[in-house]
Amino acid sequence: MDTLNILLLGFISIVIINNLVFTKFLGICPYLGVSGRIDMAFGMGLAVTFVVTLSGTLTWMIDHWILMKMGLEVTRYVCFILVIAGAVQLVEMYIRKFFPALYESFGIFLPLITTNCAILGLCLFINLWEIDNLLEAVVLSFGAGIGFTMAICIMAGIRENLNLADVPKCLKGAPITLITAGLLTLAFMGFAGMIK
Amino acid sequence: MTSESQTFTGLYKETFLAGLWRENPVFRLLLGMCPTLAVTAAVKPALTMGLSVIFVLICSNIVVSLMRNLLKPHLRILMFTLTIATFVTIADLFLKAFQPRMSETLGPYVPLIIVNCIIICRAEACASKNPIFVSIIDAVGMGIGFTATLCVLAGIREILSTGAVFEIPVLALSENGGWFVPWAAMSMPVGAFITLGLLLALVNVITKKEA
Repeated sequence: MDTLNILLLGFISIVIINNLVFTKFLGICPYLGVSGRIDMAFGMGLAVTFVVTLSGTLTWMIDHWILMKMGLEVTRYVCFILVIAGAVQLVEMYIRKFFPALYESFGIFLPLITTNCAILGLCLFINLWEIDNLLEAVVLSFGAGIGFTMAICIMAGIRENLNLADVPKCLKGAPITLITAGLLTLAFMGFAGMIK
Repeated sequence: MTSESQTFTGLYKETFLAGLWRENPVFRLLLGMCPTLAVTAAVKPALTMGLSVIFVLICSNIVVSLMRNLLKPHLRILMFTLTIATFVTIADLFLKAFQPRMSETLGPYVPLIIVNCIIICRAEACASKNPIFVSIIDAVGMGIGFTATLCVLAGIREILSTGAVFEIPVLALSENGGWFVPWAAMSMPVGAFITLGLLLALVNVITKKEA
C-alpha cells in the first residue's frame, strides 16, 4: 500500500506539478516546432513517451548496476546519450516499417528526438533525485512522457485556434507561442503545493 | 597573394559576425531554447552557462573539423553527440571542482549542454564542411552571440525580480524604503517565457526596419 502510494504521488507530481516542459524548460524545441497540429503533436508525444520510458529505465539500470559498482560515474553522460540514441533508432525503424505515413509527416523531427532535452533531462533528474528503486524510476519516466504529451497537445490545440486570431504582426510565430506558453505555466503553477 | 589573404580575412570576419546578429542562435535560429529559459533567472549563472557553451562549442568544432573526412553519413550525428558529451563531461568536472556553488545552481543544465541544438547545428552546418580555422572562428562568434543573448535576458529578469544586476543592487527596493516592488513572477518560468517572447517580438520589429 505504501509503495503504491509513493508511486501514485510520484506519477501525479511529474505529470502535473513538476511537468518537464512547464517547470524545467525541457523539450521546448519540439514544443515550439511541431505543435502546430494536434494529431502530429499526439504522435510525437507517444514516440517521446516510448523513448523516455525505455531510456529512463535502461539508464537507471546501467547507472546503478554497472557504473556505480565499477566507479565509472565519469562516463555517465556518454553512456546516457548512447542509450538514448539507440532507443530513438529503434523507434525510428519501427515507425518507418509499420506507420509509413506518420514517418513521412515527422520528417526531420524524429531523429531529433535524440537531442530532445526532455529525455536526457529526465535521466539526469532521476539520477539527481536519487531514486533508488527500479519501479519508481520506471513510473517517473513514463509519467514524464505523459506529461510531455499533455503539454504538447494543449499547446497544439491553442495554436490551431491562434492561427485564426488577429495577432499583431511583430508577435506572429515564435513570440506569441512563447507568451502563450508563459501563460500556460502560470496556470499550471496553480497545482504547486498539491503534493508537499 | 595579397588579395587572396584579404578575401580570407573577409571570410573570417563574415563568419564571426554572422553568429553575433545575422544568425544569432537564440533570436534568429531559435536554437538552444532550454538553457536560454532555464538559467536566465540571474546574470551570473547565465554567464557561466554561456562560457561553458563557448568552451564546448570550440572544442567540439575543432575535433569534428579534424575528423570531417572520416565521417560516415549515417553515423555522423552519433559521432557528434559522443564528441560533445566528452567535452561536456570535462566542463562539468571543471565546474564541480572550481565553482561548486555555481555547479549546484546550474544542476543538470550543464550536462544538458550535450543536447543543446546550437552545438550539433554548428557541427553539422559548419565544422563538418570547413577547415579547422574557419570552424574555430564560427564557434567563437556563435558562442559569444549566445552568451550575449543569455546575459541580456538574464539582466532584464534579474533587475525586475530582485532590483539588482550581477547581485549588485541597482534599484531602491520597497522593503528598504525605496520605490521598487520586485516582480516575483520574473524569477519563475512565466517570466522567462514572456520576456523571451517580447524580446523576439522586438527583434522582429528591428529586422523589419532593416529590410
